[in-house]
Amino acid sequence: MMNRSLKQFGEMLQTKKISSVELTQTFLARIAQHNPSINAYIALDEAKSLAQAKAADALIAAGKASPLTGIPIAQKDIFCAKDWPTTCGSKMLANFVAPYDAHVITQFDAVGAVNLGKTNMDEFAMGSSNETSYFGGVKNPWDVERVPGGSSGGSAAAVAARLCAAATGTDTGGSIRQPASLCGFSGLKPTYGVVSRYGMIAFASSLDQAGPMAKSAEDCALMMNVMAGFDERDSTSLNREKEDYTRDLAKPLQGLRVGLPKEFFAEGLDASVGKVIDEAIAAYKKLGAEIVEISLPNTGLSIPVYYVLAPAEASSNLSRYDGVRYGHRTAEYTDLMDMYCKSRAEGFGAEVKRRILIGTYVLSAGYYDAYYLKAQQIRRLIAQDFVEAFKHCDVIMGPAAPSTAFKAGEKVDDPVAMYLQDIYTISTNLAGLPGMSVPAGFSNGLPVGLQIIGNYFDEARMLNVAHQYQQVTDWHLKMPQGIE
Amino acid sequence: MEWEVVIGLETHTQLKTNTKIFSGASTAFGAEPNTQACEVSIALPGVLPVLNREAVNCAIKFGLAVNAEIAPRSVFARKNYFYPDLPKGYQISQYELPVVGKGAVTIQVPAVGKNPAYEKVVNITRAHLEEDAGKSVHGAVEGMSGIDLNRAGTPLLEIVTEPDMRSAAEAVAYAKKLHELVQWIGICDGNMQEGSFRCDVNVSVRKKGSDKLGTRREIKNLNSFKFMQQAIEYETRWQIETLEDGGTIQQATVLFNPDTGETRSMRSKEEANDYRYFPDPDLLPLEVTEADKARVKAQMPELPEAMKARFEADFGLTSYDAATLTASRELADYFVQTVSAGAEAKPAANWVMGAVSAKLNAEEKSLADSPVNPNQLASLLKRIADNTISNNAAKQVFEALWNGEKDVDAIIAAKGLKQESDSGAIEAIIDEVLKANPAMVEEFKAGKEKAFNALVGQAMKASKGKANPAQVNEILKKKLS
Repeated sequence: MMNRSLKQFGEMLQTKKISSVELTQTFLARIAQHNPSINAYIALDEAKSLAQAKAADALIAAGKASPLTGIPIAQKDIFCAKDWPTTCGSKMLANFVAPYDAHVITQFDAVGAVNLGKTNMDEFAMGSSNETSYFGGVKNPWDVERVPGGSSGGSAAAVAARLCAAATGTDTGGSIRQPASLCGFSGLKPTYGVVSRYGMIAFASSLDQAGPMAKSAEDCALMMNVMAGFDERDSTSLNREKEDYTRDLAKPLQGLRVGLPKEFFAEGLDASVGKVIDEAIAAYKKLGAEIVEISLPNTGLSIPVYYVLAPAEASSNLSRYDGVRYGHRTAEYTDLMDMYCKSRAEGFGAEVKRRILIGTYVLSAGYYDAYYLKAQQIRRLIAQDFVEAFKHCDVIMGPAAPSTAFKAGEKVDDPVAMYLQDIYTISTNLAGLPGMSVPAGFSNGLPVGLQIIGNYFDEARMLNVAHQYQQVTDWHLKMPQGIE
Repeated sequence: MEWEVVIGLETHTQLKTNTKIFSGASTAFGAEPNTQACEVSIALPGVLPVLNREAVNCAIKFGLAVNAEIAPRSVFARKNYFYPDLPKGYQISQYELPVVGKGAVTIQVPAVGKNPAYEKVVNITRAHLEEDAGKSVHGAVEGMSGIDLNRAGTPLLEIVTEPDMRSAAEAVAYAKKLHELVQWIGICDGNMQEGSFRCDVNVSVRKKGSDKLGTRREIKNLNSFKFMQQAIEYETRWQIETLEDGGTIQQATVLFNPDTGETRSMRSKEEANDYRYFPDPDLLPLEVTEADKARVKAQMPELPEAMKARFEADFGLTSYDAATLTASRELADYFVQTVSAGAEAKPAANWVMGAVSAKLNAEEKSLADSPVNPNQLASLLKRIADNTISNNAAKQVFEALWNGEKDVDAIIAAKGLKQESDSGAIEAIIDEVLKANPAMVEEFKAGKEKAFNALVGQAMKASKGKANPAQVNEILKKKLS
């Protein structure tokens, strides 16, 4: 039952085989059972979820259902949801209850989906293992000794352990795709500007993008149909015609040109992960795809560029958490400066502080040109690499992460090793391109994700490419042991 | 040793938009604290700015009014610093690429003592859009400071000049000119008490003839022209004295205390913030097309310079009179309405700049509160023109209008001010006067010109002031020749 697709859940609801209230209760019961060991959710509100389920049942009864009506969705705790705690994984916002809805939340509410709860995440989305959360790490359902990836680790574990029908995530440097790879499900980061950032707590504004985290490409397409769309409250939201992301799912892949960037298969890639990716590529050949070797020469610069630009924006974005109007304020202070210093010292964790310091440094007088400006120039070169590559192929493929899920604690003292987790995902954020990770097999019992990168606004094609693979493989249907 | 003061101004003009620059919250002044602070104004997590295009139109209007370059593409940047009235921890402003570039305004510097009035061009360096901060409220709660974010996000246009001014008088003349201009084009209400027009003045001194700028100190937040004059004069004296005593000037931000008339250092350059400006990733670059400019231009009123030229050409006014009348939109409108209501232009100009302005100044009233409206003034001037009353009588009529009476002709009738223009009647009076004053007639005939004026005076007196003086002159001349 828990392995059903969104389409199947929708059919069950609309043919009244199950009510939304029953489905929601089923998931809530599973959460009650498994969440204590996984720590995927940090806020649950049974009454609110069930009230939404009841309203969804009324919509269905009135014949006003759409595909996601009544389906329980987990929301990353980065989205403001009215009257829900919205913490962004930080002590700073531990007591913050959002007084308004993010655009993404509004979109799900509008179709009658059920908000099942808020999921754990790395603090302010800064991390690749979910270990920076103030609310404790999340366990990978495939091996609770290991991390689920991050920053959308709670949503990832919830999808993998079937503690929701689907979830939302956000991806600034790989925060949807890397956990999707480590937890064995499908996750999509859309083209920058496709999903409104209004009400989504900012980490690095020019890179942040929300997207779906779900079992299959088809589920992701249905989620995209709800999440995407123009919003005048976000100046970077693109005013494009509404599209149906499921429209191309069934297209055959005959003649598809798949680009393999040589830089994605070089040193640093775990050999067993590489083997799984090779097998996935072989499967695509069987589906009629043509393989093209391409080069993204500036890939190696993507991490240094990212760790200038993202912290620069973050250092400014996080200035509003000053203890003045909301959020954590220190108990005792002597003057204004003391209040600022103590509130922020107490409210932010180590990784957030590290990035605020880096960001403040690179924007400082005398350093701006050497760091921020230079990084912006290289960012354009990285985007140009992709423009060049897409002249020779339709999609780009490679690993989503360099390794499978690593053990909790393994990389917490080595930030650079942690940052390298996003080596294959960061460049698409810098270029603003869409990317996906889909389950492609296992290495030592741990999931491996295949990354598919599309050209700008080519989400429908990426979903088609992923869906066709999922028609001939069943990796996306595999479930971790012990969650049944 | 001769010193020269060098002055540049940065003026924050609050733009007259209904809503804030990056949100839909109201900008109305005087509301209860924090009732006009929406989720964007208080910088809740996750909110985003959306540019109010009306604020951009105001900037374009200003750019057109000072013949400035208007950037086809300008960029909003974040100015980062912590302060409780700055909810995001950064102000959205424009830094490297402002919307308005180089321009110029012509100012009239009034005569002072023996020095005559003169015109001067002040160059505008740039003008950029930015958001205002909120304000701290002290004393509302015992022992605590409050924050009112109603003003946070109010649109401002910061207008920066070159260091072109060489005296407090020039700086004040520029500030007054700018103050009139932004009201003239309708982008700012000019209310200085409410903070709609605030000036920061950069002052430095140098030896006359030097082409190197001295170290400047910036006087912050001057909100009256009187204080500006006092502050610059004090600051100039202080800097000269400091240098003459062998001291040096440190770059600093200073505040003017109106009670003591002194400036006091607030922070030195070393204590200044590093604002860590960078382009705001939440906002796209601001694009202004030729079509945008044309659309805004079509909505703009005739500018003072153009109106001045028109007054000179159409009405034959002197350059000085035309400049005086176009110093404010209100004054120009009043003059134009008076002429439209049938008055001749030159007398209308003289009366508007003379009697009307004098009365308003004496009673500290604005034109909007003038008890005499342009139609009434025009009626009065028509009665002078058609010889119904003399200029002297007109002053009495004006006085009556000012005091609340409405109808010019009724006042003339009630006060019996109609002048005698019947030449027969005037001749009779003159005959009487000549008969009664043979000595004066003799004196005149002996060559004493003064005696003629005395005879005119006698005739006017005999007519109880009602005879038309021009006619009296003419008839008397004829009779005596």
